[in-house]
Amino acid sequence: MKRLTLILSVLLALFVTSGFAQNITVGMTVSKTGALNVDSLEQYRGFELWRDQVNAAGGIKAGGKNYKIQFVSYDDESNVKRVQQLYSRMILQDNADFLFSPYSSSLTATAAIVTEQYGKIMLTTGAAEGKTYTLGNHYLFQMFAPATEYLKGVLDALKTKDPKATVAFVYEDASFSNAVVDPAKAYAQQIGINVVFSERYAPNTTDFSAIIDKVIASKATVLLGGGHYADGSTLAKQLYEHKVPLKMISLLVAPDSDKWTELGDAAAGVIVPSQWEPQTAFKAQYGPSGADFAKTYTAKYSTPPSYESAGGYAAGLVLQRAIEQAGGTDTPKVADALNKTDITTFYGRTKFSTAANDHGLQVGHAMVMAQWQKDKSGTLVKQVVWPLAAKSANLVYPLH
Amino acid sequence: MSGILASMIDGVLIGAVYGLAAMGLSLIWGVMDVINLTHGAVIALGMFGMYILFAAFPINAYFLLLPVIAAGLLLGLIIYWTSVHWVINRPQLASLLSTFAVNMIIIGIGTAIWSTSPYNVNFTLRGITIGAYTFTGNHMAAASAAVVIALALEVFLYRTRPGKAIRAVADNREAAELMGISSTMVLALAFAIGIALAAASGALVSTLFPFTILSGAGYQMKSFVVTVLAGLGKPFGALVAGVLLGLLEGAVTPFIAVSWIPMIEFGLFVVVLVAFPRGIFGRATA
Repeated sequence: MKRLTLILSVLLALFVTSGFAQNITVGMTVSKTGALNVDSLEQYRGFELWRDQVNAAGGIKAGGKNYKIQFVSYDDESNVKRVQQLYSRMILQDNADFLFSPYSSSLTATAAIVTEQYGKIMLTTGAAEGKTYTLGNHYLFQMFAPATEYLKGVLDALKTKDPKATVAFVYEDASFSNAVVDPAKAYAQQIGINVVFSERYAPNTTDFSAIIDKVIASKATVLLGGGHYADGSTLAKQLYEHKVPLKMISLLVAPDSDKWTELGDAAAGVIVPSQWEPQTAFKAQYGPSGADFAKTYTAKYSTPPSYESAGGYAAGLVLQRAIEQAGGTDTPKVADALNKTDITTFYGRTKFSTAANDHGLQVGHAMVMAQWQKDKSGTLVKQVVWPLAAKSANLVYPLH
Repeated sequence: MSGILASMIDGVLIGAVYGLAAMGLSLIWGVMDVINLTHGAVIALGMFGMYILFAAFPINAYFLLLPVIAAGLLLGLIIYWTSVHWVINRPQLASLLSTFAVNMIIIGIGTAIWSTSPYNVNFTLRGITIGAYTFTGNHMAAASAAVVIALALEVFLYRTRPGKAIRAVADNREAAELMGISSTMVLALAFAIGIALAAASGALVSTLFPFTILSGAGYQMKSFVVTVLAGLGKPFGALVAGVLLGLLEGAVTPFIAVSWIPMIEFGLFVVVLVAFPRGIFGRATA
């Protein structure tokens, strides 16, 4: 009899607690393998830190309930086809309530087709291309400043420092870098910067010799471009080995990673347009301060956060706030709260376009420009150099 | 120095490495009539072999070619006795499928161990600067090593008994057996040498560019182009054809976008197949 009472009370306890503690399932794919793995892993760590901190604090409190966050995630192998299969799987089989995007514009564009088809909210991060938001989506919300913003700061800085500079664009033939460079070329022309060379390379390129020879022949003094980590780091290494006499090198994405220092002297001086740097001190209205985020992140992963990590964490914060404001997990209500979002977190301002022609596009967030510089002890340190109002060090120009 | 000349020199340097990669494919194809589809996977293994050895012994990476070649010979013998020997007298499709299966096994194991993330061999030799152009020390060393290995193979094939036996078996297997040559041993040796050459070329590539376990596929495709250019069973011709292919790449890239290069290469592949079915160096020995 005693035993029966015990069993019944355990069952009752389980029943009661399950009534109160609810879970929210957030799905995302991670490029654990393939060309995007460095940046994708950093983004995932941002998601993960957010989840762990929310759960440790008792979950998201909304509508009188506490929601614990659980993740469902798979390796997309940096592969578009896998993304298509896995986002369908996370929605249909794993019953994900909300989704975070994979890393990169091209993978995200594919995931967005699936999430929108099933009417699921997806916060995109690590994906700056703006075209996806012009397709009439209702549940897609972008955390990154769009691709059109990436090289504006670099070109403005160049205009100030050296208006006679000659620019070579060398960039990955991928949706993100194309979306960055096409408007940058137009902007360069608009502000009177001379573009003398432009060439795209295949995403898996490892030998840049032929392109580097062409850059030298073009007599360009500045090289802008890149794509993602694998190609960008290789390009920087080979530019250094070929001793190309450039005054400025700005590459997309790759130099933001802490792994960049592994390139040694080839890493020095390279600029990266950045969505966030630890030095950019925004006064957070919601969530932790930038310093707290950087400190807990560094303590957990033994490496400082990149802007991909910050974007991942901030996506979590913005979703969390929207769930709180919506009082639950009902998709239309949370989408409505996201539409109304205009908030400053440690990551900066976040506001989504609600216009019909670019719904979900990020319109609040501003970018900075960071440059790897050697400090007095010769250690490579990433400094914010633009805009001048946010700088932590002066831009080193020219490099040679 | 003009940009075209610099581009052509770069092309020749990398072309020698393409040539070395193709020599292995050409030797096996010419001697055994086997299209070895493990070629790309073995090139990738050569890259990782160099990576592991360099991590353990951070000396001049080019000295580490010798253990890579030795491991390649051993791997070649293992692949031959497990998956090629038993199908060699069957229609060509059997060996094609068998080597393809081994290729998939190697890539599967490689992906499990190293994932498909890029790796680097961080070894740099000083280059030479002429005007605005710098030719990296690694490219020059890799090209020189490729030529030395190719010459060593040529000496082996024409000056040693086992080498002559390989050529005899390639010419006429039955006649060679009647002369007392064990064709099985010779075929195993030829296959092992072909695999060792592929591994060596992969090791050389690893000192130039980052690589993943999937990187061999691109070099395998180039090896097919070079092998067809040179004609089957002409290993040294493959080296020359590799250099010519590199030279061609170098000569055209100043005028067109680099992304057009594969189109030109495979266009050439079709032209040579149609117009020079025995390769540009004449009649094949196989």
